Amino acid sequence: MALINIFIEGVSYQVEAGTTVLEAAKACGYDIPTLCAYNHGECSKGSCRVCLVEIQEGRRNDKGEIAYGPQRLVASCVYPITPDMKVIISSPKAVSARRASVELLLSNHSMKCQQCDKNEYCELLYAAKVTGAREDMFKGSMTPVTIDQLTPSIVRDTSKCVLCGRCVERCKNAHGKGVLGFEKRGFNTIVAPAENRSFANSPCILCGQCVSVCPTGALMEKSEIALVDKAMAEGKYVVVQTAPAVRAALGEEFGMKVGTACTGKMVAALRRLGFKKVFDTNYAADLTIMEEATELLGRIKNGGQLPMITSCSPGWINYAEINYGDLLGHLSSCKSPHEMFGAILKSYYAEANGIDPKDMFVVSIMPCTAKKGEKEREQLQKDGIKDVDAVLTTRELAKLIKRSGINFNKLPDEEFDNDVVGDYTGAGVIFGVTGGVMEAALRTAYYVLTGKEHEGVKFEAVRGFDGIKEAMVEVNGTEIWVAVAHGMKNAKVLLDDIRAGKSKYAFIEIMGCPGGCIAGGGQPYIKPQFLPNEDADIVDTFKAKRAAALYSEDERQTLRQSHNNPQIKALYEKFLGEPNSHKAHELLHTTYAAREAFRD
Amino acid sequence: MAHLQESAVAKINEICDRYVEEKTPLMMILSAIQEEYGYIPLEVQEIVSERTGISVAEIYGVVTFYSFFSLQPKGKYVVGVCLGTACYVKGAQQIIDKFSELLGIAPGGTTEDGLFTLDALRCIGACGIAPAVTINGKVYPKLKVSDVPGIVEEYRKMEA
Repeated sequence: MALINIFIEGVSYQVEAGTTVLEAAKACGYDIPTLCAYNHGECSKGSCRVCLVEIQEGRRNDKGEIAYGPQRLVASCVYPITPDMKVIISSPKAVSARRASVELLLSNHSMKCQQCDKNEYCELLYAAKVTGAREDMFKGSMTPVTIDQLTPSIVRDTSKCVLCGRCVERCKNAHGKGVLGFEKRGFNTIVAPAENRSFANSPCILCGQCVSVCPTGALMEKSEIALVDKAMAEGKYVVVQTAPAVRAALGEEFGMKVGTACTGKMVAALRRLGFKKVFDTNYAADLTIMEEATELLGRIKNGGQLPMITSCSPGWINYAEINYGDLLGHLSSCKSPHEMFGAILKSYYAEANGIDPKDMFVVSIMPCTAKKGEKEREQLQKDGIKDVDAVLTTRELAKLIKRSGINFNKLPDEEFDNDVVGDYTGAGVIFGVTGGVMEAALRTAYYVLTGKEHEGVKFEAVRGFDGIKEAMVEVNGTEIWVAVAHGMKNAKVLLDDIRAGKSKYAFIEIMGCPGGCIAGGGQPYIKPQFLPNEDADIVDTFKAKRAAALYSEDERQTLRQSHNNPQIKALYEKFLGEPNSHKAHELLHTTYAAREAFRD
Repeated sequence: MAHLQESAVAKINEICDRYVEEKTPLMMILSAIQEEYGYIPLEVQEIVSERTGISVAEIYGVVTFYSFFSLQPKGKYVVGVCLGTACYVKGAQQIIDKFSELLGIAPGGTTEDGLFTLDALRCIGACGIAPAVTINGKVYPKLKVSDVPGIVEEYRKMEA
């Protein structure tokens, strides 16, 4: 890239041509506050007007002398730099313009900050702080408010929306087509699914990617902390399980560097929060692999529907049911790991420990908002007893820990409970990153087909963050093609091929969120202004850093294949019989049903 | 969701097909549908979304942004009262109020018999003949409030 010379606050800098004033200033060490610009132009509509700076553009004559035009305010997030441009960030005019922009936003904003779940991570509050904006500077009418809390996963509260458009763009990128858009015009504009519907009656897949990028509390997960409090107060036997991706990100909430695994402290915290047992969902991930690999091999042997597609991600399941009702036969009938765990806890474990399943309350800590919706599915409860009773996101767990006064960073490292159930292998750990389920399944499928372990354990081709990855595994002279997609935009490509009858794959892993669970909609926010000790490129690198935390936990495990998990072996011997047995089907498998995008 | 008749689905698909070569076909498709049916309900937007790859949310946003598009069926006669600056200072507000009173509907509404829709328009570019009203494209120049009852009566008679 060609470099050009610009002046920021009178100092000359060489910056990359073709960037915006905002990005150029960032490269030179200036953070101009902004609410709409996000992630290198993933969203930048110039809509919030918070990033105003003054500029003067210069023109050189034949002698090389620069003649400057007028000094004027521009939105730095969309204004491109030009050679010899002067950028003035701290002039009185620029400072007061930015402050006025924030004050205008505040004038149409719900001021209930203390009741707002985004409080600690509110970018509007941050912008108000750095610009010195005051509330109540502009009094007038307010845009009519919609609060949608009909889904179990996401709450939309337009009284806190600043119309930045980040969620609209992220939804398009993650979901493929997008569920959110701007509606109406002028002062009545809102961001909503068509017709200002609830997410519940829209094609929303509840992935929560919109929540991850929303600068304010306009989009939030629906908290279930109160459900857990109630169960504890009622004296239920409350057990908790944590998904692999949670340990790779929870520490961020307590100031740890992105990519720090904090498994031991997380377990210690959960014990101190009063959970009777603290289990690792990885145990059930191993169980999922046994069931799923067996199902796949059965389909290959008996001429079943191929490719088979994974069913761990509830966002993906929602997408499939809404958009690909004709392909549901391709989905593995396996429940997702935490639901399997719930079912085993309320049967096998309860029996072994003499507990009435009705008195049990299973809490899942998940990196996911869609899991909240998943646990409500009729197919995942039996005789009114749900497999899982409450789902907390990684962020909610952090809130719970902070509320209880636990000093997380000072906790000792403790081990997960291991009591009839709970043991896990490295294969389960990597479920949390795109390609992980595939890799874990391949390790076991390879063993079942050949009778020996795959050399080197790893399947590198399915790792990494390319939108679509594919690999060929040669088993006993037969080529088996597999593919991995994350984010529905990528998945759609593979699904349309299946629909057209030209898919060459036997097995496909699909995850709802781009990057997989480590970047799920329930994970700690990656907002650079709140992570001052991270590198400037943290929005680009956080997925790889969190993934590395999981891969290294896999490496540390002695047992790295699900079929080698001793407790899983015992579970089959004592309780289930064999993978895909009648009992296994009753407890560990589920069904799907097509539904309309817009329901009345 | 209510479902559309096959003939309507075919027609909407045909309209979408007309603009496949266009880089940004949405406005043209929506204009053609508005012209053909007088409104663009959600079921129709879903078909347009399927054909263009543009999300329903975005299409709905465009439909609700431009007052030319309508989500509800319009009446047989669409009375458009210009409330642009020139018309407004020449008394357009009194004119639209009179239409409102005689038709028994607020601006944006449609009479129960499906005969009239009353629309408030921003400048229609006829400032020289302000205040101006259009009814299904026919322009009524320099209107006075006292002209309004006669106009309404004229259309009602045509339908009697």
